[in-house]
Amino acid sequence: MKTRKRSNAPIFWGLFGAGGMLAALFGPMLVFITGVAIPLGLLLPSGTMSYPKMLAFAQNFIGKGFIFVIISLFLWHAAHRIFHSLHEIGIHAGFGAKLLTYGIAFIGTVVSAAVLLRVGF
Amino acid sequence: MGGWWKKNPFYVEYMVHESTALFVAAYAITLLVGLVRLGQGEAAWNGWLEAMKSPLSIVAHLAFLVAIAYHAFTWFKLFPLTMPPIIVNGKKLEPEVVVGSGWTAAILAALALLGIVWRIAA
Amino acid sequence: MVPLVKRQTRKGKHPMSEQKIIEIEVLRYKPESDQAPHSEVYKVPFTDDMSVLQGVQYIKDNFDGSLTFRWSCRMAICGSCGMMINGIPKLSCESFLRDYYPNRITVEALANFPIEKDLVVDLSGFIEKLEAIQPYIIPKEPRTLEQGEYIQTPEQFSQYIQFTSCINCTLCYAACPQVGLNPDFIGPAAMALLHRYNMDSRDGGQAQRMELVASEEGVYNCSAVGYCSEVCPKHVDPGNAVNVNKINAAKDYFLRFLSPKGGAQ
Repeated sequence: MKTRKRSNAPIFWGLFGAGGMLAALFGPMLVFITGVAIPLGLLLPSGTMSYPKMLAFAQNFIGKGFIFVIISLFLWHAAHRIFHSLHEIGIHAGFGAKLLTYGIAFIGTVVSAAVLLRVGF
Repeated sequence: MGGWWKKNPFYVEYMVHESTALFVAAYAITLLVGLVRLGQGEAAWNGWLEAMKSPLSIVAHLAFLVAIAYHAFTWFKLFPLTMPPIIVNGKKLEPEVVVGSGWTAAILAALALLGIVWRIAA
Repeated sequence: MVPLVKRQTRKGKHPMSEQKIIEIEVLRYKPESDQAPHSEVYKVPFTDDMSVLQGVQYIKDNFDGSLTFRWSCRMAICGSCGMMINGIPKLSCESFLRDYYPNRITVEALANFPIEKDLVVDLSGFIEKLEAIQPYIIPKEPRTLEQGEYIQTPEQFSQYIQFTSCINCTLCYAACPQVGLNPDFIGPAAMALLHRYNMDSRDGGQAQRMELVASEEGVYNCSAVGYCSEVCPKHVDPGNAVNVNKINAAKDYFLRFLSPKGGAQ
């Protein structure tokens, strides 16, 4: 009986799925708010993303959690998809591609956790 | 096997929805930079806010918006493929109902997010 | 269309001036003499009722008797006649020349398999995959003949019946780009069969089959392209069988240390 190697894919697939769901549910409106509405002064009050307000949000437990989850899971989702897409277009850079994609997701996760802890509560 | 995906419209669409990940990554990195600036204090944060007003940033975010909206559209469109059968009242839900529910949830989530931000900002 | 004025015709056939000709370009390969596959174009007279299979049979009967291909039932149930028709995996017996006329059609062996000769591919790898998934009831509990037959409700039956429809035509393997990139990937039809057994209320073999599902040749090769389910002539939805088992394999991966027998249901 051939012994088969268990794949560690579930970890990355799980992160991909969670990030994909969040991006699908909240991505478009987040992009609209942060990238279009606030900068152009549409719909929302002008002080919506002022420093005091955003700092308070980042210091709040829920705000911290939201920011962390959005940044890190979006990055893990994208890393997984981009890694596999590279493979599909013929770039089989193996460990190098893994480092580039998942590596950036990992760094982003660590950096956002660090900043969110440093701004305090 | 080079260019296999160019040979069939089905595969082309697949590569298009897969490539939305580039835009998800770009947006997440934009937010990450903002978070780092927030951690560096008011002046740095205001600098990031100003950069978000530049024409380049606005155009980029419009592109992110289209791409991430397409991600949402295709993510739920794939539910009949990716999800186990959903049983309601003893009957399996039709694919159209599953997909429609997903899209509806996304619209409701978007409106809820807008509403919450509006209330916090006020 | 048939003319209103009656003419002298051969029995059952249109007059020669009405005869439509379609160009069929076939990818030929004779292993004993060819270095590589090459195309040949044949001008095939046809009527609107003719399938692509019949077009290929016409070529064999009238132009080149060495043209080799598999076929049997002519009615989309045996699964033998799968071919790439204009680059799309289809059963040639349920593809019709009239739908391609007047354009030339290309007919090639199914993608992602080694070509044995002309339109015949080597399916031995596929057969091994089917065998590997343990395609038989592994009873949930020991059962004697005296206990009589299993009782299964219509609801229990509905859980797996869709996946019993597979005719092993392997169009899904030709469709799947991940099979193309990794020939060791267990693939759609084998997973549909595996799922058929796992979902059968009589079966208790989920844990045994999980090793393959969760392996590097297993479900995580799939990237949810979905083309397998799109081309399946029997609407088995093998893509769903693969993707649902990603959830099962993930449960197995994360919960395996909690239970002495592992996390698989």
